[in-house]
Amino acid sequence: MTTTDSRSRNSPRELADAELQDILGDMIQARVASDRAFALQRQGRAGTNAQVDGSEAIVVGAAYALDPATDWVVPQYRELVGLQRFGSEVLDRYVMYIKGHPNGGFHPEGTNVLPPQISLATQIPKAVGMAWGKKLQNEPGCVLTFFGDGSTSEGDFYEAGNLAGVLDAPVILFCVNNQWAISTPNHEQTRASSFASKAEAFGIPGVRIDGTDPVAVFHAVADARERAVSGAGPTLIEGVTYRLAPHTTADDPTRYVPADDLAKARERDPLVTFRAMLVEAGLWDDERQREAEAAADERVEAAVRRADETPLAPDHGFTNVFAEPTPRMVRQRAEMRRHLGLEDPR
Amino acid sequence: MTAAADPVGATPMNMLSAINHTLHREMARDDRVIVFGEDVAKSGGVFRATDGLQAEFGATRVVDMPLAEGVIIGSAVGLAASGMVPVPEIQFLGFAYQAFHQIAGQLARLRYRTDGRLNAAVTVRAPFGGGVRTPELHSEAIESQLANIPGLKIAMPASAADAKGLLATAIRDPDPVMFLEPLRGYRAVSDPVPDGDHLVPFGEARTVSEGDDLVIIAWSYMVEIARQAADRLRTEGVSVQVLDLRTIVPLDVEAIAAAVERCGRVVVVQEAPETCGFASEVIATINDEAFYSLEAPVARVSGYDHPYPVGMLEDDYVPSVERVLAAVRRTLEMAP
Repeated sequence: MTTTDSRSRNSPRELADAELQDILGDMIQARVASDRAFALQRQGRAGTNAQVDGSEAIVVGAAYALDPATDWVVPQYRELVGLQRFGSEVLDRYVMYIKGHPNGGFHPEGTNVLPPQISLATQIPKAVGMAWGKKLQNEPGCVLTFFGDGSTSEGDFYEAGNLAGVLDAPVILFCVNNQWAISTPNHEQTRASSFASKAEAFGIPGVRIDGTDPVAVFHAVADARERAVSGAGPTLIEGVTYRLAPHTTADDPTRYVPADDLAKARERDPLVTFRAMLVEAGLWDDERQREAEAAADERVEAAVRRADETPLAPDHGFTNVFAEPTPRMVRQRAEMRRHLGLEDPR
Repeated sequence: MTAAADPVGATPMNMLSAINHTLHREMARDDRVIVFGEDVAKSGGVFRATDGLQAEFGATRVVDMPLAEGVIIGSAVGLAASGMVPVPEIQFLGFAYQAFHQIAGQLARLRYRTDGRLNAAVTVRAPFGGGVRTPELHSEAIESQLANIPGLKIAMPASAADAKGLLATAIRDPDPVMFLEPLRGYRAVSDPVPDGDHLVPFGEARTVSEGDDLVIIAWSYMVEIARQAADRLRTEGVSVQVLDLRTIVPLDVEAIAAAVERCGRVVVVQEAPETCGFASEVIATINDEAFYSLEAPVARVSGYDHPYPVGMLEDDYVPSVERVLAAVRRTLEMAP
């Protein structure tokens, strides 16, 4: 059931030239945002955050195969910088999130992306439940959830993959295999021949693809989406790539990532290889590259500005726990506001 | 309060029938309600709480799940995010440990994590409690562990009427509710259940019996134990109020304070182990709200600080009428 040839595809459509250019633009923006987030942490202007470097082709390629109007993305955390296709709000909220702003988890109606999920693999049951709900309500579209290679060792992955199979849920389980779960390499994570092979246990197709090629990712996800929305059920996709940055701002990979391996992986940096492909096809040049980088810088700068300018309520934690706070929470909130010298809440 | 528009009768039934009856009514009222869990559909649940639901509402709305508590709760969160109203069952509350990461980390905080964009209108039903000779990890009273998780409401009915009224309120609540059902009360507790729509608001305690010498505060099946103790004491000329908290989150602080102010003496009864049980929270609340009304230290009657015991020991572990009576007498003997 597991296939590895990304060219054996039944995708409903081919990507147009302009889409290929947009995909590279979004990949560049993802990398710029990720690097900027790292720098913000070093400047003390953001908390610990995780870099997307190496996974841009997966996130952006997948996003282009989905329909932002009907489909949902249920991410882990690395992917949020690459989901521009699902709305500009995603990057704005992500920047708020890593800065520790309490409004960072909010996505407005029409932005079908859940906020970052820190607890690994716990989003997979949720994604399956959302897909199940779509099916029950005869809603169009599907749900795609991202998780890492390490997450495939979690119980939630197995429980949710199994349920997805039983229900024929319109869900795409996307394993971003970047070879490392912080410091744990693939071969210490599993004895399975691949992560995609785990689909066998769920009775669903498993597909293993080159995760550095956004076109391969696009076609694999488009195929899986076609299966999902036609009622044929879920697909497990393993996109193979390499983590080109530390796990997070708090990590020092020089302690465990072999330098040679990293150097080899850098030769297959999706931003380098895909750009070369588009240059060769006459779809990209240095001028476009400069424009794309400048636009990305500007875009990320705007997100940082918005985060810095969004007012902060110290008692925001009391809102959005319940529709109506309990009397005890009302009392606590009033106490907090008195302690902080703020006026009584409405 | 205005009088009810149509005169409402009542039908005697036990808690189990009241729960089954309410599930039928709520599924008929709102087609977004979906019931799922282990053995809930074809077998109707190991206690028959969900009996007949699949026959009436079909296999897409009443679903037997793969045996995995984590994804029962985790998928409920996703279903709720998609607009459904899930009512999952955890077959025994002790099995909820296998879903605790989803309950505490996901279910309780969907609204919070999404800053209000999504909410988890989920009612998790789970039976618990001792006295019915279940194997290990079936009987655990873990309500205080759940109460320590912000974002969960916790309903613990003690009567059949409340089982109906609180369950209907839970299912219509936009936020997650842990609805904990006392195993021993399923068939042993029977009372008139109002016909028609019957909603019991959360956070309003119920006085089960009036009295002013002492108040026993309890919830779930311990209310029945407290009531039996109060009946015995009444024959001895002691007037005991029994206060049923009904929901521990939200907590009816005002009813607790009023009872303490009137009676001055308090016994709190819980099935859970003593340390960090919800009784501790009740006593701390009394300390905050009504300390100067106390005429004696507050007593508590609890399970003990060892794992829930095997069947041959459990009758000496779960608080009994005799242990409650002893605590009441000690409390009454203390000079103010």
